[in-house]
Amino acid sequence: MNYLMRRLATFPLVLLGVSILVFVAIRMVPGDSITAMLGTEAGLLTPAQRDSLAAYFGIDQPWFVQYWRWIGGILHGNLGISVTYGRPVLDVILERFPLTLELAILSMIIALAVGMPAGIFAATHNEKLSDLGVRIVAMIGQSTPSFVLGLLIIYTLSAGFGVLPAMGEFAPLWQDPLRNLSQLILPAITLGFAFAASVTRISRSAMLDVLSDDYVRTARSKGASARSVIWRHALPNALIPVVTLSGIEFGYLLGGAVIVEQIYALPGLGRMVLDAIQQRDYALVQGSVLFIAFNFMIVNLLVDLAYVALDPRIRLGEQ
Amino acid sequence: MVHLTRKLLSGIMLAAMLGVAAVSTQANAATLHMAWSQDATGLDPHKQTAFSSLRLLELIYEPLVRVDASLQIIPAIATSWEFSKDGKELTFKLDPKAKFQDGTAVTPADVKASFERILDEKTGAAARANFLSIASIDTPDAATVVFHLSQPDVPILTAMSDVNAAIVPASEIKAGSIGTKAVGSGPFKLDKWDPNAKEVLSANKDWAGGATGVDGIEISVLPDEAAILAAMRTKQIDFALLNDPLVATLVPKEASLQLNRVPVLAYHVLQLNPSRKPMTELKVRQAISCAIDRQEVLDTASLGEGKVTGPLTIPALATDPSQLFCYKRDVEKAKKLMSEAGYADGFSATVIGATGEPPTAAAEAQVIQSQLAEIGVKLDIKMMELNVYVDAWLKGDFDMAIALNGGRADPYTMYNRYWTKSGNLQKVANYIDDTLDSQMQKGRAETDPAARKAIFAEFEKHLAEISPWIWLYTSYSYTAQQKNIAGFVPTPTGTLFSLSKVTIQQ
Repeated sequence: MNYLMRRLATFPLVLLGVSILVFVAIRMVPGDSITAMLGTEAGLLTPAQRDSLAAYFGIDQPWFVQYWRWIGGILHGNLGISVTYGRPVLDVILERFPLTLELAILSMIIALAVGMPAGIFAATHNEKLSDLGVRIVAMIGQSTPSFVLGLLIIYTLSAGFGVLPAMGEFAPLWQDPLRNLSQLILPAITLGFAFAASVTRISRSAMLDVLSDDYVRTARSKGASARSVIWRHALPNALIPVVTLSGIEFGYLLGGAVIVEQIYALPGLGRMVLDAIQQRDYALVQGSVLFIAFNFMIVNLLVDLAYVALDPRIRLGEQ
Repeated sequence: MVHLTRKLLSGIMLAAMLGVAAVSTQANAATLHMAWSQDATGLDPHKQTAFSSLRLLELIYEPLVRVDASLQIIPAIATSWEFSKDGKELTFKLDPKAKFQDGTAVTPADVKASFERILDEKTGAAARANFLSIASIDTPDAATVVFHLSQPDVPILTAMSDVNAAIVPASEIKAGSIGTKAVGSGPFKLDKWDPNAKEVLSANKDWAGGATGVDGIEISVLPDEAAILAAMRTKQIDFALLNDPLVATLVPKEASLQLNRVPVLAYHVLQLNPSRKPMTELKVRQAISCAIDRQEVLDTASLGEGKVTGPLTIPALATDPSQLFCYKRDVEKAKKLMSEAGYADGFSATVIGATGEPPTAAAEAQVIQSQLAEIGVKLDIKMMELNVYVDAWLKGDFDMAIALNGGRADPYTMYNRYWTKSGNLQKVANYIDDTLDSQMQKGRAETDPAARKAIFAEFEKHLAEISPWIWLYTSYSYTAQQKNIAGFVPTPTGTLFSLSKVTIQQ
């Protein structure tokens, strides 16, 4: 409990650091909201025109004033207004987040459902032909870029079979679950493939480690069945690295899967942030990066708590 | 566990397949389903310059006049127009049927208020520079608007055909709602805009131009053009805008699809910076011009999809580019010019380009790099994110730049920003001489079309000779459509206005 409180207390500090970092970083990149809107035509503006547009975009004040205003707003629960959407940043983020969360969960389900059995299978068939087969597939999975796999799936389905989930208009889960699932399953497979490959490799090596431990040998010598040795004795201990990997991957996925969202035209967080950067929608970039950082911290905390559940010997927060 | 996993997976797959089957049969004959890879960036017609924004706003707003596919001026809100004899007064008669989408009539007061908004520096309208000759605007009666000009200004009429000079309701200007609410007098109303995702347009039943061919248009933003093509294969999309020639050339291979392509006014160009050594030397610039094989750049970077061009891309004014200075590659001449300029051993320079804008930018830079290597010029290619590039470009902070610059239906409007002494983008062009400036001023005031053509032919010849920039080629604007879509007319300006008369055949 103490540990939990202490971890939570560090959140505001980390978020403050992130807020400064993102605020400065996005402003260090050349170009501003005006050039993003007008492109090269921005060169036709008179100084007075430029000033008036800068005031409209809220970039006419010095950096520290802009930062102070932004932080002040956050303390009142206001992340600012997106100039692209003309709406509060938090509204826009919360509208996009469910899709990103759903996609992350779906790809994790696929990754764990495929990766763990495959890893355990490979470990129990160590150095046999089937182990080699699993390892080769996992290697291919890890080294295939998601845009290659995504485009390959889209091309094969549309050119070979004439079908493709509806693109462009995304159906939220609670409005039309079937359509929603049809739109998300291919992106989830695309993301889950590489994710599953990592899970396979890590669970295989963790399992191999554990299987050579003394307590497993003891269990075997006491006459436990092969199935019981693997699932009851070895697996819980082999799970720790898998949980670590999955936690980190899941945290990344909550930040949006930019490339997959681009290819499948999904209105998720990743694409939103990319568009916001390109359009120099400062408030939206800052707000969403803070939101993503917050999610990442929560996921990390949950992973740490999961260690305790998996291995009672681990005592969090003790020196 | 394994059993459970298997059940779960097969459940997901089954649901997905049912979903795929369910959604692939959607059909609504009266709505045109359209896709593009880049969305509009805003709704204020006076402030937007992005290609997609203009294409969207042209369907909602109307200017006083339009240009047709052959770039001739045709009526829009104005039914007729006339220059006074001294060229200093331009009178428009408005269409009495013209109505805004809120039901109110388009009046001379709206026209006056719209142009005053554009001219007001507080607005930040990019097109303001084209209308600086407007001294005052009169509205003598309920159907007439008179523009008093400070000097004869023939190109102003073409500039008025742009959606950046759209007529908006005076009441909306007063309410300060331009840009948040789209109320135009065009063929479609904007019902919904979800930025970077979707636009929903419905037909404007009160449009003065008559009934539209479809009940509405739904535009989806599909950022990957290969995915747009896939969605067209499965008939989810009826009509699409394409930028990438590599994707566009795949369209004709699909039996049910048709590719529309038309040469555009925009031009691909290698901009030299004549304020930086050694590009300050005329002979060095000319050597670069002679060393570049424009056709090879076009063939390699853009699969030959386009046409080699000189500075003038407007069909009615363009001359035969093969007659221009060094348009036939001559490496020996280039080497001679380099050694005469004192650079026999060549030099090093950096060329900047924007990633993906145009999609051919990096390939163009690479071809030019290899061609210039033959005369000892070592080019370092620096590709940048679009905004970073625009920032460097506007500051003139480059040795050379690969650019795709927009064209206009009138050469004065197109080039006065670069090649006049008072041009707003002189710091980008970094070169001006008396000949260029006087040719531009003559062309601006000349009303006789034949005489104008001769003036601009001289302008083009001179520009190619002094080679501040190396004009390369014009490409095509591409739209892809299902073959049952009828009535779309592609034009060199890239406008999608003819979607107002498009029909979907059953």
